[in-house]
Amino acid sequence: MLELIIFLVLLACGYIFGRHAEKKHYQSIIAREKQLNKLPAIACRTIPASEKAYDTNLVSGSVVISVDYFKQLIALLRNLVGGRVTSYETLVDRARRESILRMKEEAESQGAEMIFNIKLETSSIYKGRKNSIGSVEVLAYGTALIPR
Amino acid sequence: MMITNIEFVPGKQIVKHMGLVQGSSVRAKHVGRDIMAGLKNIFGGELKGYTELLQESRQEAVDRMIAQAEAAGANAVLNVRFSTSSIAAGAAELYAYGTAVVLE
Repeated sequence: MLELIIFLVLLACGYIFGRHAEKKHYQSIIAREKQLNKLPAIACRTIPASEKAYDTNLVSGSVVISVDYFKQLIALLRNLVGGRVTSYETLVDRARRESILRMKEEAESQGAEMIFNIKLETSSIYKGRKNSIGSVEVLAYGTALIPR
Repeated sequence: MMITNIEFVPGKQIVKHMGLVQGSSVRAKHVGRDIMAGLKNIFGGELKGYTELLQESRQEAVDRMIAQAEAAGANAVLNVRFSTSSIAAGAAELYAYGTAVVLE
């Protein structure tokens, strides 16, 4: 009985706080994306032709985001029937957008005009471990063009 | 020392190629951080301690790569790539590699 109560409390905590955290995070992501929209970030490998002289610099941004208890349960249930795991999709989406934003912020603080040759690297650090901590790490890196 | 992830440097010529240089760093977190992360796992959200840890160890991997490039006599590392993998329980390996060259 006690176990069931603990389980339900954890589930409720995960649902309420996890939802709240996700909502707040998305709000901040959307606001910052609008702000940083003027700084283009492209995955092109070569510098677009331009008359200006540029300095280049490596910039990067990374973030580790954890799942919550509720999402873990939903994913577990989804495992039984198969299909899209939407609860994890938003998690990875948040991590990707956040890491790109951090990279852009670093580039902007150096006065960059553009970032190109962007690479994204995703990994789960605690894979294959018992009682593992469900978290995803995303690193975004690219070359910033700084007008000379 | 110039570190970049493009294959050339605008306005400069590569005069000498020194081959592949690499640096890696394996880090484990301490128990305190792990407990905090366990709690965060219920509520969700960013694991700031881990973000910091990974940034530190990535910097170390880059520093080791730079040291290797310097030892080879290069003055730039081009086409840098990063890679992360978990090799053992609770430890992450950060790996950085690139091409060491001498620029004019």
